[in-house]
This record gives sequence, C-alpha cells and structure tokens, in this order.
Amino acid sequence: MTSPATTDATVYRVVWQPGSDTLVGVCHCGAERDADDPIEVWQWLLSHPDHDQP
Amino acid sequence: MTTAFARNQWYVAAYSQEVGEDLMARTICGEPIVFYRTGDGQAVGLADRCVHRRYPLSLSHRDGDRIVCGYHGFTYEPTGACVYVPGQTRVPRTARVPSYPIVEQDSLVWIWIGDAAKADATRIPRVPYLAAEGWTTVRGMEPLAARYSLLVDNLLDLSHETYLHGGYIGTPEVAETPITTEVDEEAGIVRVSRRMKDAECPPFYAKSTGITGRIDRWQDIEYYPPCLYTLHSRIAPTGVEPGPDGDDSRAAHAEIVYAITPETESSTHDFWMVARDFAVDDEEVSRFLAESNRTVVLQDVVALNALEKVIATEPDGYQELSINIDTGGLAARRILKRLAEAS
Repeated sequence: MTSPATTDATVYRVVWQPGSDTLVGVCHCGAERDADDPIEVWQWLLSHPDHDQP
Repeated sequence: MTTAFARNQWYVAAYSQEVGEDLMARTICGEPIVFYRTGDGQAVGLADRCVHRRYPLSLSHRDGDRIVCGYHGFTYEPTGACVYVPGQTRVPRTARVPSYPIVEQDSLVWIWIGDAAKADATRIPRVPYLAAEGWTTVRGMEPLAARYSLLVDNLLDLSHETYLHGGYIGTPEVAETPITTEVDEEAGIVRVSRRMKDAECPPFYAKSTGITGRIDRWQDIEYYPPCLYTLHSRIAPTGVEPGPDGDDSRAAHAEIVYAITPETESSTHDFWMVARDFAVDDEEVSRFLAESNRTVVLQDVVALNALEKVIATEPDGYQELSINIDTGGLAARRILKRLAEAS
C-alpha cells in the first residue's frame, strides 16, 4: 500500500484513522474528506470530479 | 444482494490435478460442463449436454480424445464438433456442443463462460507462488450452498476472524486494527490492508512457523473481481521489519488464495489454497495447515449457508447496516455489479 497522499491516476483510497472512527477518503485527484461511515465516503469519492456534492 | 453473474470473465473451474483422463462434471455460472484432458495434455471443457437428447456427456465415455455419448453414440471432438451420429452417414451441420476457452496456469484451470471472442488470457491474474520453487501449497475445495457474493463479503472483511475463527486464525487484534482500503478503477482491483503490531500469534501460525511470543502480522488483501482473492500474510517476531534492500527472510510469508466461482445463483465452488515459504519440506506442517485451514473454511461454509437461507427468505427491501470494517466489501460489491451489468 502506498501513502494516503498519493495521487495515482485511478486509485481511490480510504484510510481509517488509527485511534478514531473516522474514515478519510482520498481521491485520485488529491481531494480529501473525512466521513463517518463507508457508504458516505464511497459516495463522496465516486462523485469525482463533483466533490462538493457528496 | 448480488446474485447476477459476470459472464464475460475468467473463472477457476478446477485445480490442474483434478482434470485428467476421467470425465468430470462441474457447473460454472449455471452452465453444466464436462472437463477432461486430451492425450497431449490439453484440458478441455465442453457443454455437458449432448446436442441430440441432452444426455450428460460426463456420464458417457471416451474414445481417445473424443467423447462418445452414452445414450445414442453421438461422438464429439475436443472442439465440440460432432463427427459421428448413429445409423446415417450425414452428420447434421448443427451437431456440435459449445467448447469453452480454457487456460491452464499456476496450477489452476481457468474457463471463460461468456462470449468466446472476448476471451483474453492476458487478463487472468497470476498467482505464481502456487507452483513455484521455494513454496509449498496445500489446497482444497468446499461446496458452498450460498451465493458467491456472500463469500466475497466474508473475505474482504477479515475482522470476522476474531469471532468466527477464534482458536485458529482469529485474535482480538484483527477486529480492533483499522484498515486501509484502495480501489484501482482501471485495473479493477480492491486492496484492503491491515497491519497489526505487537499482536497475539494465533495457533495457525504459532504451530506452523515456530515463532513464539508476540508478532507483527500483516494482512494485505488483493481481490481481482470476480474470481480471484489473495491474502498476502506476513508473520514476524514483533519489531522485525523488512530490510532496506527488501530482504524479509526473518519473516514467514503465507499466500492465502481463494477462487470464488459461482456454481448457480445460490451455490459456489469455494477453492482455497495456502502457499508458504517456510517449512516447505515439513509434511507435518503441511498436514497441520491443510487441516486447520479446511476447518476455518468449513466454519465459513456453515455461517454462509445459514446466511443464504436468511437472505433467500427475507422480504424485499431489507436494509442492512454497514460500518468501517465493510469499506472493502462495499467496493467489491460495486465492481461486481458493474462487471455483471457489462456482461
């Protein structure tokens, strides 16, 4: 696995923050967002490039 | 729940060692198929239904590389072409059974169920350690009376090991350790990584590796939908890291491989393999790992068979709940749905 900061062409990444319940979605475009559950994080990631509309 | 098959895909139909002189029947994605190996060693897969009156060719017999139908003698080449029918010289033009593209590599027999013109062998994921020098593999196959997507869910979320497989591969740390999930959209691969530090060593690895005390345990999943699942498992005394040159000889490595092949909409061929780079010549370790892993697989089989019954009888629209541990499983479901729709 590569680091969360990568911007590989087509890779979506979800990092579960150690010590918390927070999931961090990292899009291949470099956008990031915290989420409370996996449904929410995938909806946000797959809305690329419209990341302002989760 | 996903039950539709992705047809234009490669599936593991059998282990190489299963396909030989005898005719072997196996249903893949709802299609009954007869498998055998020709005199020059080629694995063959034909529709298991004589074109005449549907008699199963797997209940018939061979004449060299041909199959002679056990009902009326229709005789088929490995290509599926019929070359003989009883009592007349003219073989009808439509007398043929479908022959499926087959590729044999890494000790696995892969079959393409969909449009043969689209079968591209370079898209088959590789698992070279199953048949490589320096590795030893134990394997088996268990029939699962549940839809294949339940096994995908199960394998993408290993936190269930703590509760379903305690005493074998489950320890408290598995369920407690956060995961990182990646989806490579272009390659169509789901990766789920769980790296445990200073963890309890489960009996499965303590007895097989001889490593005593606390361990660092890595579980790096790569799932190639729809069929192939690999779990790269690394076990090392806690604090032992791979060297800067990549040398990791102080750790033990096991490659846990599953081939998840739908039989019907509600049953699955659950192929399981454990390849290891430690104690490779130790037959006692092989026996232990084979027995232990089969026990673990059967624990899953019992659980998933029960789940299938629950799902098959539940009212439409049941709303399940997903939490952080399901991040990888949800990604896999989305890709499976996409593949099924594309087929």
